[in-house]
Amino acid sequence: MTSVLDISNLTVALPEGGDRPFAVSDLSLSVGAGQCVCLVGESGSGKSVSAQAILGTLPRALKRSGGRISFLGKDLPLEDKAAMQTLRGGRIGMIFQEPSASLDPVMRVGAQLDELLSVHGVASRQERRRRIRELFAAVRLPDPERIYAAYPHQLSGGQAQRIVIAMALALEPALLIADEPTTALDVTTQAEILKLIKDLQTRSGAGLLFITHDLGVVADIADQVLVMQEGKVVEEGTRDAVFSRPTHPYTIKLLKAIPRRQARPEREAGPLVLEAEGIHLTYRPSAGFLKRREIVAVEDVSITLRRGQVHGIVGESGSGKSSLVRCILKLETMDAGRLMIGGEDAGQWRKGMPKPMRKRLQIVLQDPYSALDPRQKIGDAIAEAARVHGASGAEAAAKARELLGMVNLPPQAYERFPHEFSGGQRQRICIARALATDPEILIADEAISALDVSIQAQILKLFRDLQERLGFAMLFVTHDLRVASAICDDITVMWKGRVVEQGRVDDVFDRPRHDYTRQLLDAIPDKGSFATSGLSHLEATP
Amino acid sequence: MTGLVLGKIVRAMITLLITVTLVFFFIRLSGDPAAALAPPDAPPQVIEQYRRAMGLDQPLPVQYFNYVLGLVQGDFGYSIHTGRPVEEIFLARVPATLLLGLTALGIALVLGVTLGTVAALSRASVLDRFVMAFSVFAFAMPNFFFGILVILTGALVFGVFFGGTGGIANFGQVLAPAATLGLASMGSFARFTRSSLLETLNKPFMGALEARGIPPMRRLLRHAAPNAAIPIVTMLGLSLGGLVAGAVVTEQVFSWPGVGQLLIRSVQTRDIAVIQFSVIAVSFTMTLANLVVDLVYFWLDPRIRRSGNV
Amino acid sequence: MSERRAPAGGSMPWSVRLSMGFVALFVLFALFGQWLSPFDFRETSLLNRLEPPALFTGEDSPYLLGTDARGRDLLVRLAVGAQISLIVAVVGTLISAVFGSLLGLIAGARRGFAETAIMTAVDVQASLPIIIVALFVLAMFNNSFILLLIMIGFTDWEGYARLVRAATLSAKEQGYVTAQRVLGSSAARIYLRHVLPNIFNIILVKFTVSLPLTILLETALSFLGLGVQPPMTSLGQIMSEGRDRLLNAWWLTLFPGAMIFLLALSVSLIGDWLRDRLDPTLIEGRRA
Repeated sequence: MTSVLDISNLTVALPEGGDRPFAVSDLSLSVGAGQCVCLVGESGSGKSVSAQAILGTLPRALKRSGGRISFLGKDLPLEDKAAMQTLRGGRIGMIFQEPSASLDPVMRVGAQLDELLSVHGVASRQERRRRIRELFAAVRLPDPERIYAAYPHQLSGGQAQRIVIAMALALEPALLIADEPTTALDVTTQAEILKLIKDLQTRSGAGLLFITHDLGVVADIADQVLVMQEGKVVEEGTRDAVFSRPTHPYTIKLLKAIPRRQARPEREAGPLVLEAEGIHLTYRPSAGFLKRREIVAVEDVSITLRRGQVHGIVGESGSGKSSLVRCILKLETMDAGRLMIGGEDAGQWRKGMPKPMRKRLQIVLQDPYSALDPRQKIGDAIAEAARVHGASGAEAAAKARELLGMVNLPPQAYERFPHEFSGGQRQRICIARALATDPEILIADEAISALDVSIQAQILKLFRDLQERLGFAMLFVTHDLRVASAICDDITVMWKGRVVEQGRVDDVFDRPRHDYTRQLLDAIPDKGSFATSGLSHLEATP
Repeated sequence: MTGLVLGKIVRAMITLLITVTLVFFFIRLSGDPAAALAPPDAPPQVIEQYRRAMGLDQPLPVQYFNYVLGLVQGDFGYSIHTGRPVEEIFLARVPATLLLGLTALGIALVLGVTLGTVAALSRASVLDRFVMAFSVFAFAMPNFFFGILVILTGALVFGVFFGGTGGIANFGQVLAPAATLGLASMGSFARFTRSSLLETLNKPFMGALEARGIPPMRRLLRHAAPNAAIPIVTMLGLSLGGLVAGAVVTEQVFSWPGVGQLLIRSVQTRDIAVIQFSVIAVSFTMTLANLVVDLVYFWLDPRIRRSGNV
Repeated sequence: MSERRAPAGGSMPWSVRLSMGFVALFVLFALFGQWLSPFDFRETSLLNRLEPPALFTGEDSPYLLGTDARGRDLLVRLAVGAQISLIVAVVGTLISAVFGSLLGLIAGARRGFAETAIMTAVDVQASLPIIIVALFVLAMFNNSFILLLIMIGFTDWEGYARLVRAATLSAKEQGYVTAQRVLGSSAARIYLRHVLPNIFNIILVKFTVSLPLTILLETALSFLGLGVQPPMTSLGQIMSEGRDRLLNAWWLTLFPGAMIFLLALSVSLIGDWLRDRLDPTLIEGRRA
């Protein structure tokens, strides 16, 4: 196997005053032709900076301060701008995380591909046109003529990523670098794109450097794995070696963080706290002068929730899961349907929900960064929730202190402001605030999807512990079936505004009835739980 | 898209109608329009005659209807001083103001965008700091003061007298007042171009283009420039108001025989019909210009031009 | 706590220190400058017309900055003029800021009819440069100081309204507003206790941008003879009186002109610095 990329002791310095001296420290790796090397790490681990260093496109603030990078047996001419420019997009192809953000928004997609080919020396117009047609076929884009003339915003995320892949492969590169290429995509699209990248790479024989945070994906595609933490490689080896005998505590932590189906404690069915029947919601946004479009967001959805139960609502973007939540919270007025909350008919409230009812129904949102008022102290934010519902100042403060303890934050946090906390800590604060009114129903709306993998696992555990301790009912909204299976008793799968599957977690996973559910299950990476196979071995020998 | 354009046009028409209505009520509010419109020393009978001729003895809604109808039919009233139709007096002044305004806009746009681009590309350098300092200077400099300085410098240093009468015949004469008028806009264009271009250069797709080996010059001209130009068009619309206001002052300083000078003279002599027409004409021009800017914006930005998925 | 950030920004640049110094000096001069001169600002002296500034000629004369065409002391007139110009600018900008921000907040919070009505008013105002409105109003009504203040107070309300509406709309998208709604907080609590404090910096920065504009507008109107009327005076009015004597009495235009320019320049520089310090996207360190 010939080596395509060899990096030895690459070090990239961070500007002074950062939280550590190096973005990447002493990185060595090699990628052979036809080989897939995965660089795994959470945000801030230095994995994306490594890719930029290879391409010679480091941001100005970062400097390569040591190490060698050789490409196809020769040192990369990192100082020679013209030579690097020819290599980039030519012999080295790059695939990005946000496909639509990596295309020029005001230029037609076809023209962007055409430009790429012409810049890299394909002089004939007909030849370029022919190549583009071939590429569209290779990345399996339907209706090539229309896509050729389309602007990026007219493409779906999956289509845009196919274009970006086509661009990366356009000049038959020897090395393909993919930086979190599936993270921004919907679950089912993720699986398709992953398969596409792998197929095209195998067929072309190019080396693939794949950067990701998802160990499940790694288990599916990697030949070689490097785990990075804070700029350093902490574990490396073949895929089989790393997964079957993980040694570094960080690797083990990441592996443990992969959400797994967990049996829920059996309990008696509690009383019904939420009953939704035949909910319909249509948005009517303005579409210019005196015109309105109609977007059916939720169509004939029914769910029930009992005290002590965790009910997962699973769906991709546009499935209507968030709109359903907004209906239940009376943030939107549903067009039809019957909604009973704690035995009260929600249809009787004309404007919003009466305040005493609000107390019984709280939410934890997706983005922990925007969910807290930046100018309000943490303790005040939690206490305010209690005060709005009639607690005295002293009572509310005491409640806030108690809740901080319950979500495992130190008492000093009371006097601090949100910007002093990390994403995971902020999400704990949001949970404390939501619990300040002693709600009967807690809604978690994608409450862990914005967090890093290891933090996700912690917050998920916190939800589980609190729920078991306090016994509230929970609606757990997520796009990730794996996450749902780790906390829910029941699951509702939504697709295009409708419910396609509803039942116990085990039934949905083991005996799916609807095609779409099967697709979602198929899209879960690492179905054989290969990645976590080494953990049982570890647990057996503590 | 057509719906969007139609909506903009309707909004522009409503804006104009409200302005026209406000002008009507303000004139009625200010006292007796007949007394205001008649010559100051007119005897009561003449004022009474005016009142009847103008239909002021009729109920207010009827008066309003007739007023709007008059505007639509092109009947704008007569100057109390010359007795000529106001639109004639006004239109005679338009070429001078247009020459001044468009030259100023041209100078501001070309120099401002160039300076802003240079500053963005040489970010944090001495050149960048110089351009930023210049833009603050241009923003803070009162145009009447700058105009006076220009005239003083011209007279004392070069022995040229800017701001003579009827300077319009000579194209060179327009440069001094146009530079004065365009200074403030030039500063804001420079500043805005800089920030818009910097923002575009920091977008992920610019990094992606670099990673695909697209040469720097091509990235700048074919990709950064069109993306950065879109917000600059909006800026163009916002700067028109300042340009119109500045023109009134600049014309006064340089004795430029344009609309602004006419307006000041009419206010001093309380020639209400001329002022009324001027306000409506300015509002009409501004509304039209803003409409054009909006349409150009739609046309430039494919995200608005064509929505919907393939 | 892992994400604690170092306090933003370093030391104050010299240009901002200088600007703050000048603004302080200007305010002091406006308040106490009259005591530097033995004369009243209305006091004419036919014998001492167009005296050149003693400060420059070195002559032994009580007129440190010279006199105007009616023999009035320029120093005391500049002090009074600075006072009036400053009052008009600050009060006018405050009216714009309060009125415009309030309407913007309502438009952003309420949507529906209130929003349409407010935004239509914004469109109308945007189609009429304030100087044109001022000319129209001054022609219709008798010029008075109060009228001038009100009109100047209308200078930039539409700018505030647009800005605050946009800021309110984007604040509404933030999770903390949704969380407040789900908590059952009243609209007043949400918008006054949470949204307004968070967009206050934006209003503050806008204030520093529109203050120099208001200074320039008042002086321009007075320069055109349509602003502050005699016997009161303002910097623009002093300039306008000196305009016909550019060559033989340069001090009449240069001193007030330089004062206006430097004041507007200083406020703009302070505003720029404030914007860099307070830019909400810089303050609220978004995710890494």
